[in-house]
Amino acid sequence: MSPLELTCDVVIVGSGAGGGTVASELAPLVAQGRSVLVLEQGPRLAPAEFTGVELEMAPALYQDDGGFLTAEGTMTLAFGRAYGGSTVVYTGTSLVVPERVIRGWAVPGLAHGDVVERSRKYMQQNNVHLLPPGEINDNNRLFVEGCRGAGYQAEQFPLNLKGCRGSSLCNLGCPNGAKMGTHQVQLPEAQRQGVEVVTRAEVLRVEERALLVRVHERPAGGKGAPSEWQPGTYRVAAGTVVLAGGSIGSSALLLRSGFGRHLPRLGQGFTCHPAHILVGEHERPITNDVGHPKSYYLDRAEQEGFVLETCMYFPFTTAKNMTGFGASHSAMMHAFPRQQQILVLACDKAVLQNRIAVDRAGRPVVHYEFTPAVIESMVRATRAAAKIFFAAGAVRVHAPSADPPYIERKDAARTEELIQARHFSPGKTTVSAAHLMGGCAMGRSAADSVTDAWGRVHGLPWLRVADSSLFPDSLEINPYVTIMALADRVAEKIVQELKA
Amino acid sequence: MSRPVLAPVRSTFRALAATIVPEAGSLAEDEWQELEAIVEDYLARRPPRLRRQLRLFVHVLGALPGVRWGRSFQALDPARRTAFLAAVQDAPALLLRRGFWGVRTMVYLGYYSRAAAAAEIGYRANAAGWEARP
Repeated sequence: MSPLELTCDVVIVGSGAGGGTVASELAPLVAQGRSVLVLEQGPRLAPAEFTGVELEMAPALYQDDGGFLTAEGTMTLAFGRAYGGSTVVYTGTSLVVPERVIRGWAVPGLAHGDVVERSRKYMQQNNVHLLPPGEINDNNRLFVEGCRGAGYQAEQFPLNLKGCRGSSLCNLGCPNGAKMGTHQVQLPEAQRQGVEVVTRAEVLRVEERALLVRVHERPAGGKGAPSEWQPGTYRVAAGTVVLAGGSIGSSALLLRSGFGRHLPRLGQGFTCHPAHILVGEHERPITNDVGHPKSYYLDRAEQEGFVLETCMYFPFTTAKNMTGFGASHSAMMHAFPRQQQILVLACDKAVLQNRIAVDRAGRPVVHYEFTPAVIESMVRATRAAAKIFFAAGAVRVHAPSADPPYIERKDAARTEELIQARHFSPGKTTVSAAHLMGGCAMGRSAADSVTDAWGRVHGLPWLRVADSSLFPDSLEINPYVTIMALADRVAEKIVQELKA
Repeated sequence: MSRPVLAPVRSTFRALAATIVPEAGSLAEDEWQELEAIVEDYLARRPPRLRRQLRLFVHVLGALPGVRWGRSFQALDPARRTAFLAAVQDAPALLLRRGFWGVRTMVYLGYYSRAAAAAEIGYRANAAGWEARP
């Protein structure tokens, strides 16, 4: 059966930080007679469907339940797939990219001042603020104290919350609708102005000024509303196509559509801030699974190539991320009410071997090898985190790059000796990542990149990219604000061109 | 509907699970069924190749101790089971380490996703947040 033919002025693939931003910026054009369509692969959930139950929410909101494996099988990648994309499942941490990162990217036409100005616009739009001291839980307080004791200075995360009740369930989609992601701010406003959003719409291919789309049925027993369109295949013709399906989604879509032939850098330069979850055990129960989970961080990116962030995960995620098995693992799990958790993130650099590809069926395949520099960063980060745990009063620390992976308080002075790169064992040591970047990097020409500084794909003026795949290298901070800032630039050029 | 992964290797899987999470050894039959249903439901959404690999790897883990101890994994005492899995986890071959990581992850998924396990370890997160705490 031939696909149903539709046309619009602008079609946006993806509804997360990038797609949601472009949709909201283009929305005023609808009143001027332009049509704007957003296609989202994931479902749209009703507020009551956000239950905070790990087993229910992970399959509903994440690609592969949050366990997308790299080709080497040594790291899992978590990315959202829902109305609002990954903004539904992040913790709302809102940071502005440092000047040195934008300078290091060396993208002609991309100035740090411009990114900062646009970042601030979205931080204001998303109600970004610091939590008052009374809403900080013990897990976060102990991090601040531990940093101080270990000679570091923790910083507080600005957060995009409104009406936070402290469920601690941010990564499973806020059950109280308190996180100001695109599903709460930009998309509803865009729809109010006439932008059409279609969920459960998987884009199969990009053609010349058109997309081939398959709309899926709501699976039996699954969460979320049925698609706004009838299930089936559609061909959507558009004057402008904007890809905002995330680093993996946008890169894989272009690759399976054959654009790699003209864009040799497509899929290259993948970075992801590889991360460990570290656990410290205290003698007494602390508040950890109540309150915002990620209120503080320690930025050592420039000096030591890592960032530490507070975190608090759910039983299965915690169990999976701790190395080992058996009695010692079980004892740490049973210490859950006494657990302090720290997320360690390595600031990886874009290297040739780490890239996004597609298999014969067109499905994304991510190749990622841990370079010696990344392993060293993770080891340094783990040592720093262990010191922070002990300085905060922990009696035992789970450190993946130690063998055995548990360090007792009596050995606190030996963390440098016990945590070693030789104990970092891919396939044994759990590594996960949620800051997926690169694949459609900005740059000068097709020889060194995929798009220009405004997200225009080289040689294809009708095709734009507006997501984290634009990053030519690691961002070294949590990415959503920068994605919105870059998407704002993409939208601005589209508006200018449509008006012209 | 996809073919069940665990049914053909159920006794090995349960022996592995009880070594990976010692408390699993005390599960009643209905609790085992709940654990296995969680794993099967997850695997039903994965590609057939991955389901085949997992079943094969559980089978291999069941048979491999025969090379050293002359009996299956299920027939080993708890100390030897632990020693064997520790050796697989630290194996020089990435394929073995990855395979064990996958089995271990499925066991943790099945065990710790149960409401009873959350209660057992003291996990209390609640949508009402601070208001739900006395």
